[in-house]
Amino acid sequence: MSLQEIVIQQLFNGLLLGSFYGLVALGYSMVYGIIRLLNFAHADIYMVGGFCSLSLLTFFGGTFIGNGWLGIIVSMFITMIIVGLLGVVIERVAYKPLREAPRLSLLISALGVSMILYNSAMVVTSGEYRPYKTGLSYEGFSIGSVFITHTQAILIVAAVILMLILHLFITRTMYGKAMRAISMDRDCCRLMGVNVNKIIALTFFVGTALAASAGMMAGVYYGSLHFYMGFVIGIKAFTAAVIGGIGIIPGAMLGGLMLGLLESFGTQIPFIGSAWKDVFSFIILILILIFKPTGLLGKKESERM
Amino acid sequence: MSEVVLSLKNLETRYGQIYALKGISLDIREGEIVTLLGSNGAGKSTTLKTISSLVPACGGKVEFYGKDITNAPPHSIVEMGVIHVPEGRRIFKELNVTENLELASFTLKDDAERKRRIENVFELFPVLAERRKQMGGLLSGGEQQMLAIGRALMPDPKIVLLDEPSMGLAPIIVQGIMDIIKTINDRGTTILLVEQNAKVALKLADRGYVLETGEIVMEGDADKLSKDDSIVKAYLGH
Repeated sequence: MSLQEIVIQQLFNGLLLGSFYGLVALGYSMVYGIIRLLNFAHADIYMVGGFCSLSLLTFFGGTFIGNGWLGIIVSMFITMIIVGLLGVVIERVAYKPLREAPRLSLLISALGVSMILYNSAMVVTSGEYRPYKTGLSYEGFSIGSVFITHTQAILIVAAVILMLILHLFITRTMYGKAMRAISMDRDCCRLMGVNVNKIIALTFFVGTALAASAGMMAGVYYGSLHFYMGFVIGIKAFTAAVIGGIGIIPGAMLGGLMLGLLESFGTQIPFIGSAWKDVFSFIILILILIFKPTGLLGKKESERM
Repeated sequence: MSEVVLSLKNLETRYGQIYALKGISLDIREGEIVTLLGSNGAGKSTTLKTISSLVPACGGKVEFYGKDITNAPPHSIVEMGVIHVPEGRRIFKELNVTENLELASFTLKDDAERKRRIENVFELFPVLAERRKQMGGLLSGGEQQMLAIGRALMPDPKIVLLDEPSMGLAPIIVQGIMDIIKTINDRGTTILLVEQNAKVALKLADRGYVLETGEIVMEGDADKLSKDDSIVKAYLGH
């Protein structure tokens, strides 16, 4: 492969990986922004999203909808709603009663939810890898000797569309503005007539639905699922959220895409190779924490009386 | 006599075991400006927070046009038209001026009406109109106070509870803010004004109450209060 082809190939891999990271990072960041919680269960939601969509897709495979693109789109839509509601239930049961409690209690509750989710998935799947069968073809297009399937290209486009929709939601709608305002001053939002509980629930719904969509995309892309698949991506997405500035929505997208690109290009560094790509991400995390702890898009609080 | 808008009946609030309000009663009538005076820690802010349900009442009642609204969810109290402008203004620093105003009409579903009301606020505060795209955190103290009052007008309030609008502002700016409060009142909005700056507050108000360690120790017409010896000594200097 020529250098140019390597760049194209890695650019593509990086964008794909980065969109998964970004979609999961968004949920981390939104939840952190609004209730200052590192939601450990978020990574497992990604896994649940994968399995939920697989069940739906398998079911639709036997109907007229099929397991091609139509089936995938329908399954993704339903998965996002079901898993989004699961996120709302988790918030209601495990986090809301602890909202005024010390932050550590909330963190432990999140760890508990995470364990419940992945252990349940382990029992249901007997801890085995499950193939993710779709009716998609392996057709694609070539750029030089780089071959890209239509599936891969569409996944990136889908992820970008989801991020754009979220961005418009956050910046243009009253609900989105309320989310941002709650992360700045919750009590003051109450005085503006914002039903804070409702907006927090909505935040969980949106963040969780995005992670679920990423879980489904990962299934389609990698072709298999495992109950522990959320672990590594959870840490990576968290890294992405911190790189971009946790609590800042565009930061999560930027951090995700950057981390994906850095990792895929990192595999091309001589003598390092792909086995070291996780080390690479965490070195970046450490550097960011040392030199710009608020993240790339984070700024210092501006105080003025 | 005009109708009572807001009435506190033997209202009690406590933080932990310590009572911040030990049963206070007051009435505010339609069209009035009533001021609540007192030194630091007397319970002025707590009174407002209890009315808007940010802190729970543990005894007594808050009535709005005769309806019991004690400990109702804060957003429903806003929906009824009781708007609390908190101490320190609490502008959303990373939202711009327009967004701050939009959010203040969260309960309103009609976007065209929202735009119209924002234009009304801009008419009242031309400075804010010039800065409509500026982040709230970059406004000066006086501008932030104007924005805070502007936000209070967005939901079309029946009564506005103002907590220390003069705090941290230069005297000339304070006078401007007081003029605006007067204008709003002239347009028909009832005002409950909490102030440490008793001189300014009594000049503006129709009536006043004096709060000391969670109890009302004096009440009366603003003229009468501003001539009262103990008030002059405690709050007005000289």
